[in-house]
Amino acid sequence: MTARMFQVYRGTRQQGALQEFRVECDEGMVVLDAVHRIQAQQAPDLACRWNCKAGKCGSCSAEINGRPRLMCMTRLSDYPDDRPVTITPMRAFPVIKDLVTDVSWNYEVNRRIPAFQPRKPDFPDGTWRMYQHEVERPQEFRKCIECFLCQDVCHVLRTHHKHAEFMGPAFLTRAAVYETHPLDTADRSQHLKDEGGIGYCNITKCCTEVCPEGIRITDNAIIPLKERVVDRFYDPLRGLLRLIFGKSR
Amino acid sequence: MADIQQHEHDVIVVGAGGAGLRAAIEARAQGARVGLICKSLLGKAHTVMAEGGAAAALGTVFSEDNWRVHFRDTMRGGKMHNNWRMAQIHAQESPDRVRELEAWGALFDRTPDGRINQRPFGGHTYSRLAHVGDRTGLEMIRVLQDKAVHSGVDVFMECTVVRLPVVDGRAAGALAYWKDSGRFVLFNAGAVVLATGGIGKGWQITSNSWEYTGDGHALACDAGADLIDMEFVQFHPTGMVWPPSVNGILVTEGVRGEGGILTNSTGRRFMFDYVPDMFKGDFADTEKEAQAWVTGDRKKNRRPPELLTRDVVARAITREVKEGRGSPHGGVFLDIATKRDAEYIKKKLPSMYHQFKELAGVDITREPMEVGPTTHYAMGGVKVDAETQEATVPGLYAAGEVAGGMHGANRLGGNSLSDLLVFGRRAGAAAATAARNRKPAPVSDAWVQQVVNEALAPFSRPNGENPYQVQADLQKAMQADAGIVRDKAGLEAALAAVEKLKRRAAGVGVIGSREYNPGWSTALDLRSLLTVSEAVTRAALARTESRGGHTRIDRPDSDPAQERVQYVVHKDGDRLAVRAERQPDLPADLAKLIKDGA
Amino acid sequence: MVTTVSPRDLEERALGATVRRDSWWAAPAAVGAGLTAFGIYSFWAAWVNQNYEWGPYLSPFYSPLFKPSWWPLSPAFLILGAPLGFRGTCYYYRKAYYRAFFLDPVACGVGEIPHNYQGERQLFLFQNLHRFFMYLAVIFIGILGWDAILSFIWPVNGVLPGGEMAPGPREFGVGVGSLVLTVNVVLLAGFTFGCHALRHAVGGNLDCVSCARFGRQRYALWRGVTRLNERHMFWAWISLFWVGFADLYVRLVAAGIITDIRIL
Repeated sequence: MTARMFQVYRGTRQQGALQEFRVECDEGMVVLDAVHRIQAQQAPDLACRWNCKAGKCGSCSAEINGRPRLMCMTRLSDYPDDRPVTITPMRAFPVIKDLVTDVSWNYEVNRRIPAFQPRKPDFPDGTWRMYQHEVERPQEFRKCIECFLCQDVCHVLRTHHKHAEFMGPAFLTRAAVYETHPLDTADRSQHLKDEGGIGYCNITKCCTEVCPEGIRITDNAIIPLKERVVDRFYDPLRGLLRLIFGKSR
Repeated sequence: MADIQQHEHDVIVVGAGGAGLRAAIEARAQGARVGLICKSLLGKAHTVMAEGGAAAALGTVFSEDNWRVHFRDTMRGGKMHNNWRMAQIHAQESPDRVRELEAWGALFDRTPDGRINQRPFGGHTYSRLAHVGDRTGLEMIRVLQDKAVHSGVDVFMECTVVRLPVVDGRAAGALAYWKDSGRFVLFNAGAVVLATGGIGKGWQITSNSWEYTGDGHALACDAGADLIDMEFVQFHPTGMVWPPSVNGILVTEGVRGEGGILTNSTGRRFMFDYVPDMFKGDFADTEKEAQAWVTGDRKKNRRPPELLTRDVVARAITREVKEGRGSPHGGVFLDIATKRDAEYIKKKLPSMYHQFKELAGVDITREPMEVGPTTHYAMGGVKVDAETQEATVPGLYAAGEVAGGMHGANRLGGNSLSDLLVFGRRAGAAAATAARNRKPAPVSDAWVQQVVNEALAPFSRPNGENPYQVQADLQKAMQADAGIVRDKAGLEAALAAVEKLKRRAAGVGVIGSREYNPGWSTALDLRSLLTVSEAVTRAALARTESRGGHTRIDRPDSDPAQERVQYVVHKDGDRLAVRAERQPDLPADLAKLIKDGA
Repeated sequence: MVTTVSPRDLEERALGATVRRDSWWAAPAAVGAGLTAFGIYSFWAAWVNQNYEWGPYLSPFYSPLFKPSWWPLSPAFLILGAPLGFRGTCYYYRKAYYRAFFLDPVACGVGEIPHNYQGERQLFLFQNLHRFFMYLAVIFIGILGWDAILSFIWPVNGVLPGGEMAPGPREFGVGVGSLVLTVNVVLLAGFTFGCHALRHAVGGNLDCVSCARFGRQRYALWRGVTRLNERHMFWAWISLFWVGFADLYVRLVAAGIITDIRIL
């Protein structure tokens, strides 16, 4: 057991403070364990979201020493024990209380993405054939646990507050699930370009850096979607071909 | 009620895991106005943690598989205590439910010929689990979540139901509070579907999250519904045991499905010593045969004994540890490193690899894991009608883990995800039908006021006891005396402890405001936790035999006379009471099927 | 102890404002220094219009070599637009210079200079032309590959003091410069064939591999490009360094400062 200091943001949307707590820590503890100890022993009303505590649900997102992370997957042994560990809420969303932020905007964005539209079943029994090598690409994006850390770190949202114009890396990744889905027939490029504001992304890859699931968001999801938008809107050669030969996919 | 927010729906679904989402989708598809209430954010429910897969006799890997084999496996795994009709419906309908997910966008792993791949799992005769690596639940919940929001279900997030109003003997909605504001909200509805999951938070070592406080069980019980099979709690054989902070986190059965073996401190593969008579002949006798099965020859060789049902494996591990052959941190070793190469492990079990690497500093492609039993699943729950999932209170439905009967005395791995889909859909459909042309009954202001006052009481006791302390003491008592092995004296001690904790719970206090106050939530959840703990303990005392997940060391054998007896827990005034009921016997053709094989 | 702050105080509202404690400035500083150094060197090398050829060697900055009479400046400027455009619109370099030069953002979770952010819209829409530069870059790989092959064909009578090849028959030979130019084209190919736009064109735009014509082949190509693409940053830097080094090598040999060693 060693004692460690923590600075935790406590407060509301309007005002708050970094409050210091001294916590006895055991071997192998993660940041979320420390927060739980604070709740159980010192501040029972300290607000924090969590569920699975195993990196699978993406609830306990916060910023630890200024870096967006899941509290349940951040071991205290990764930090020097002579300096306090600072825990603050995500910045890209309004604070509700303490470490809890209002992330409802994300659910709105998701609802507006054009839904999955499969092609007609391949067989009369209503089934399709898909192969492992085809499903692996969208499967990577389906690893997303909706922790919204990528949304939090993305400067388009975090610094420039373009929530109204930009869907953010998490939902570009979601759109990529369906866009690269072998059965899907919908075309989301118009949505991505206009409502989704994919042009706001300047591919500086902070989203990829913080993804706890290791999804290569920028390279594998966003850039391929940008290329699809180019196909449809910014490629004069393709435009000409379309004009001559009609629509083709 | 002047100052209380109200919503009106045809169907209100409490809980947004797999069962709740599937019920909401179905009710919506039938034209009902549907409200979906969840305690956490949407998509964080326990279903995301399900790793192994959804059991359905699709027959894509073994064409011999069909619903009869699945039904037989389920009944035998449940020690013949299951509601046979539910087991039958489940086995018959799960293939369609899984295929339906594919039509909604699910991306299951594939067979070489492009169909849904299926993996072997404990207690299943054939490879039967449709899966996505080891994150099947995540895939399912995302698919259902997107389907639900795109079909126009109203979602109410971070909203906790505290009581169900019953008007003229019918469930009439739900009274809840918003986590963020601490304000109350009344949902008026023609029918209510409970899909709140389990009760694992009543124990110290559990794979369940803070949400799993048995809310649905307690809400139903409060509303006057019967609970059955509460004594049957599944302890998953493999949870992490070290470091202390991760104690209980699940290690998927998929590790054993992919060839992982269990050994004790002497290096012995002890599961060969624990094959019960019922399954003699179904499992490999030698390590050689087990290995041949793992490496692919599944028709000629029998399964390794690590794939016995969960109750058997959990008991075996407990015994090994108790007799001094455990690992350094009080578990046993689970080794996949010597059975599969690193690339295969990372591909098939990526989140296990990640979880051990990040949380325990263990590389599972090179060294064995340390594992031990962890509280995982409640087989028992609200007594429901097999066809409609309606509880004994009209207008109230239950689906998924909160419903009882389907899994009998022990659930097979993989049967939960398919259970959610099959019975979630049935509950949603039945609720929509029941609510059709039925104006939600008005709920009395006095009742609302009384519940609100009770819920706010802890604020009037700022110097009251810390609710976290009461919760921790309850978990300790249940772990010690109503855990994986039980006896009369222990259960009586647990019951006495619960009674004492009930009094302490009445005196807990909270500080701070009503806004997002986890201390207050913990205080309110205590009510549910204490109800289910009492129900489990009372039912466990009543069942004077060992069966499936219920192990009495003072009654180590199964008692054939109790095979089809159900202990029903119900509210009797302010107390819980237990009565014994006999389940109907299996029809002759199904009984024959179980005896002679499918 | 309690430090009073508001959520607004936690926002990073000025350049460099952050709670981060690590050396977040190190990476953008190194990238900025590297790109600046290369920019200065390559501009100078292209500007000087001399010492770009020696024997069978031709500096990659001057290849393909066109010297039309109407062009007043160095011939390098006629062709450098293609590689410059390719790298300038490259998805990796965009990240590198948005961070290092535009400070937009300089690092993750670090404040920026307040400005009206438009991302890759409006002014930066031209970034969408990347694929056209990619087509040119693929042609350039062919040209530089040809140059590399030519660097193995030596005059039997040796190289004249001015760097010109003596008249007469030719033979196979290997100088250090041949290897430098060969490595150069290999590294440039590693960069070019890992391009995101190429990845899209060869198979990335395909969702249902099994229903497309030549699906298998396109999938195989996509896999190949993907493998290179996973380390696009590595290829971007190593090829950038080497193309500068290749020019420098030819330049130093041509200026007589070092002597090319003939291996075979």
